Amino acid sequence: MTITTTSTLDQPDRPAGADISLVSSVTPVRRTRDLVFRLALYAAIGFALATLIALLARTWMDGSSKIGLDIIKNQPSERPARAGIQSGIFGTLWVTGFCALVSIPVGVATAIYLEEFAHQTRWYNRLIELNIQNLAAVPSIVYGILGLAFIARGPIGWGPTVATAGLILALVVLPTVIIASREAIRAVPSSLRTGSLALGATRLQTIRKQVLPAATPGIATGCILAVSRALGETAPLLLLGGLTFLTRNPGGLDDRYTTVPLLIFSYASNPKDELKEIAAASIIVLLLVLLVLNGIAIVLRNRFQKRW
Amino acid sequence: MSTNTVETTHERTHLHVSEHPNEHAEDAQHSSRPPVIATEDLAVYYGAFRAVREVNLTVREGEITAFIGPSGCGKSTVLRCFNRMNDLIEGARVTGSVRYRGIDMYAKSSDAGEVRRRVGMVFQKPNPFPKSIYDNVAYGPRVNGLRKRSELDAVVEKSLRGAALWDEVKDRLKTSGMGLSGGQQQRLCIARAIAIDPEVLLMDEPCSALDPIATARIEDLMQEIKQEYTIVIVTHNMQQAARVSDRTAFFTTEVNNESDRRTGVLVEFGKTSKMFSKPDDERTEQYVTGRFG
Repeated sequence: MTITTTSTLDQPDRPAGADISLVSSVTPVRRTRDLVFRLALYAAIGFALATLIALLARTWMDGSSKIGLDIIKNQPSERPARAGIQSGIFGTLWVTGFCALVSIPVGVATAIYLEEFAHQTRWYNRLIELNIQNLAAVPSIVYGILGLAFIARGPIGWGPTVATAGLILALVVLPTVIIASREAIRAVPSSLRTGSLALGATRLQTIRKQVLPAATPGIATGCILAVSRALGETAPLLLLGGLTFLTRNPGGLDDRYTTVPLLIFSYASNPKDELKEIAAASIIVLLLVLLVLNGIAIVLRNRFQKRW
Repeated sequence: MSTNTVETTHERTHLHVSEHPNEHAEDAQHSSRPPVIATEDLAVYYGAFRAVREVNLTVREGEITAFIGPSGCGKSTVLRCFNRMNDLIEGARVTGSVRYRGIDMYAKSSDAGEVRRRVGMVFQKPNPFPKSIYDNVAYGPRVNGLRKRSELDAVVEKSLRGAALWDEVKDRLKTSGMGLSGGQQQRLCIARAIAIDPEVLLMDEPCSALDPIATARIEDLMQEIKQEYTIVIVTHNMQQAARVSDRTAFFTTEVNNESDRRTGVLVEFGKTSKMFSKPDDERTEQYVTGRFG
């Protein structure tokens, strides 16, 4: 309909002598270049997706026969028929739970300080900011070494316990929590703050009653993503003395532990093929948990987006 | 009443002002009103930059004082000094003094929160909290320590009635304040501001985001509440200043030729009728007759 009107329009209304053309002036060479560039982009995405799908498919083929309640209920064992990851699941819950307990309050508090109180012009605030950004890029194994020297051994000396692991993982994910929380707090419109302060509210009341409620969905999203990172961390735990074989669940923060990723590491490096299948099945369990967590994060983000 | 106000919008401002029958009698009455806020050589700096200089004016009880002037003349900046909202801007600094009932607002012993409890503010863009209508109005009393449900209920109703919003929202107090129309949102913000029973109400271009009918309602409301609350209003709209205010302060900008920076100055401050009919300063006359700004 619209197309017909435009085509009839150019006949009577064209001014005499005017050189008007709507034919594209893009040369064939440029058109080809455009196409090549687009194909290259598709190829890059395709490669990444194909790798991922291949890995997932391979894992599924290896592990699907072992997936089931048994793998969750059974304790680790050398005998494939009775092998499971129960102690790893409980260990992961303990470690990431403690990690969340430490990293979320500290991270959110840091974000509140940096966004609501810190003068950007002060050198120490800029130093804190710069450090947080850099820490986000430090490999987790480095945190493992730090934890081994200062927390597991050394002055604190907590040993290879749940508390040590949780604390170090908290350090690993802290920059992520801080950065995500800052973004969420910054997105709260300043009119809410000024509106609250103009009514005689203190800054603390304004943060508690206006800023935090408005920023909570964003903060929660960031925290969930950070905790799911802690869930999969393996390298620092290997250094910190997390066990790769343990047939009982941890009894407290001061107990020894194993985690799902550590058990996967152990099963996958076992020469028995059937235990490799257990490893694959454990990977599927871990991925499912991560998928659920990320799903919650996405739902939270969408549901509470932009209410003002 | 409200339609009447809308009609006068396009008339010459002189006409409206001369509707006051006996100006001189009113004059005597007004000057006897006690001052609520008085500034002395007030200047505001942002860092090293002086945004406004040497403002001397007095806001009197029960009056509506209007600040007019071109953009960037510092009228909002001065307004924000009256409840210390400039404190929130990093690098902002105030010299001279602002006195509330004789007490220096910026003295060490004066608390910004206490100042804002006595001097409320309504902003340019309606900014209801993402809470229910009830919780919006109850917010101020709550943060100031009022907890009892029955007392809160009473304050909420009284404030919403005071802001001429009660009849429109009484059946949906639990619904979000964000769901109201722009004009209703602004009246909600007025209700929220008067809920803590301030003595002064600062209004920073409260109608600039509203349509003419909503504007007329706010202006009517201002007339109704000015007995209880001393009002200072910043407006871009000269007719509005002429319609609603008792006194008018005209600000303009002065350009420093060396640094090319603009500083706001108070040109003239006086009774609105005089400011719009026979101002003392040539710049005021040029502005109010629409020859610049």
